[in-house]
Amino acid sequence: MKHVVTMAVGGYDSLPELLVDALRRHPSATLLVEAKRKQEVGRRTAAQILREARAFAAYLQSLGVDPGDRVALLMGNQSRWPISALGVFLAGGVLVPLDYKLSGPEQAALLAHAKPKAAVLDYAEWRKHEGFEVPVVLVNEAPAEAELGEGLRWEDHAEGEVPRPVVLPSRDDLATIVYSSGTGGRAKGCMLTHGAYLSQLDALLERFPMAPGDRYFSILPSNHAIDFMVGFVGPFVCGATVVHQRTLRPELIRWTMRRYAITHMSVVPLILEAFERTVREKLDELSGWRRGAFEALRATNAKLTERGPRPAVSRRLLAPVHDAFGGALKLLICGGAATDRATAEFFYDLGIPVVIGYGLTEACTVVSVHGLEPWRADGVGRIVPGVEVRIHEPDGHGVGEVCVAGPTVMTGYVDDPEQTAEVLRDGWLHTGDLGYLDASHHLHLVGRIKDVIVTPGGKNVYPEDVAFAFREVDVEELAVFAANTVWPERALGKDQLVLVVRPVEGVDPTPALARANRQLAEHQRVSGWLAWGEDFPRTASMKLKRKALVEQVGAGSTRDDLRSVG
Amino acid sequence: MSDVSPRLKQLAVERFGDRAATLGPDDDLFDSLGIDSLQALDLLTDIEEAFDVEIPDYEVSGVTTLGGLAEVIGRHR
Repeated sequence: MKHVVTMAVGGYDSLPELLVDALRRHPSATLLVEAKRKQEVGRRTAAQILREARAFAAYLQSLGVDPGDRVALLMGNQSRWPISALGVFLAGGVLVPLDYKLSGPEQAALLAHAKPKAAVLDYAEWRKHEGFEVPVVLVNEAPAEAELGEGLRWEDHAEGEVPRPVVLPSRDDLATIVYSSGTGGRAKGCMLTHGAYLSQLDALLERFPMAPGDRYFSILPSNHAIDFMVGFVGPFVCGATVVHQRTLRPELIRWTMRRYAITHMSVVPLILEAFERTVREKLDELSGWRRGAFEALRATNAKLTERGPRPAVSRRLLAPVHDAFGGALKLLICGGAATDRATAEFFYDLGIPVVIGYGLTEACTVVSVHGLEPWRADGVGRIVPGVEVRIHEPDGHGVGEVCVAGPTVMTGYVDDPEQTAEVLRDGWLHTGDLGYLDASHHLHLVGRIKDVIVTPGGKNVYPEDVAFAFREVDVEELAVFAANTVWPERALGKDQLVLVVRPVEGVDPTPALARANRQLAEHQRVSGWLAWGEDFPRTASMKLKRKALVEQVGAGSTRDDLRSVG
Repeated sequence: MSDVSPRLKQLAVERFGDRAATLGPDDDLFDSLGIDSLQALDLLTDIEEAFDVEIPDYEVSGVTTLGGLAEVIGRHR
């Protein structure tokens, strides 16, 4: 069932060069489809996309965007996301994709950090902000009566304009700056080159080729490394279709999968678990003998797909389940955070392969990923071509810090030599993740040494950022850590944040901590607090010595001493 | 808001079961019901159908209580 990829990525030097060529190869292929709730609102061929992107590039140029200038993109998943992104590339710009799910202040902090020449935003995003330091602000889909101040409308440019020619970037030039952490205090803008993307694309298309007729449903935010690659660049190169749904609700996600017979999708573990819940609820509704019959079919399917997926067979055997997911699903890519092996196996037995891999923004998209033949869910897959992995200072069991090298690794964090030097040492990216390589060169992760948690929704949360929310609570001292930093445990998927608190004598801080905790976004909340009686170790300038405190607390307490925050 | 609240609670009970019956207007939905953001969005879809309104997702980001939801619905009616 392998499709032949007709484009060799290797011969290109930049994303715009590759994408323009790809769009010209299959001009009449429908590459973008957009739905708004249960209605289709747009459909575009490759030729139309190229025309619109070129007109947008000319618009950017007319507003003063020159080659090498940064352009921030802050939009929900929709057709204009890739069109705008391509426009930025065609104008020679560096794309700074930002997460529309962040709060206004978080977005503002990243915009201030990235210092873009222009920002392209949805009206809903634009409304989150009170003022802009950005010279050019383009607002998408603002209502006719909206007062935009200095902002301009995305739509205010002529169709059919063509950009003036620019010298296309080379492989070593910067393509994007992608932020790997959410908030201002420790903004980490990963600088990724065109070469990094091209190298990564080559490796991914070899393992997971897409073809005309494949339909990818883009639900991860498009700024996310996975969606950027699998929901924009990859399908454009292969002539496959990307489907966007403006309203990403579980019910509408299911509707869209059915309506467009989706074949590929990327999800985070949170969504995969929601899918599992849906299937299990349906199974629970089956009467005794029907359930028995279903289980027999599932066992048959598991047997028949031992060597690799056989979508047509599985679809016939287990039609009701497949129909619930649109009836055409070939694979689900799960990333962003640790995937539960049992969940992945549950779906595979139903004939829906879940592709598990490991990646981080600092290394473009993916470091390792499982293939499909045979399908596996143990570990996080084989190292992809073009990427080198080594285990730094392994212990007796071969476990150490996962380090990555090769063309896909970022050139550094933008404007931050200090943080760059911490993670890029002697040409190796130190990921902060603990793991080992097995005899067949598959990577396995066992924990984290960085003081960070990764949520099931795929978000990195840094303890120092969260501590800010508790600044007004009446305590002597307080600090936030990842529980795993204080009490190391070799397990993934159980990440949580905890507070270490030196209370004011005679005052129970629990209610105030609970109040402050509720002000945080759900994924940033701490799960418990530890009462600590001793002064926190501090430097002469009163800066907290986090490492020393971790050692003291780790030695003098256990997870069982944690108290609830209400 | 007063005519909205009882119907809202009823929708929460229909979706999440009896544990939602004792929810106060200021109780945190995520904490009290042990639900995640996706399940909360399912409730939003129920709300749209029941009240015949269309509420963009971004308007409820940061809303964690039935009282907060009632306010958003109020703005759309």
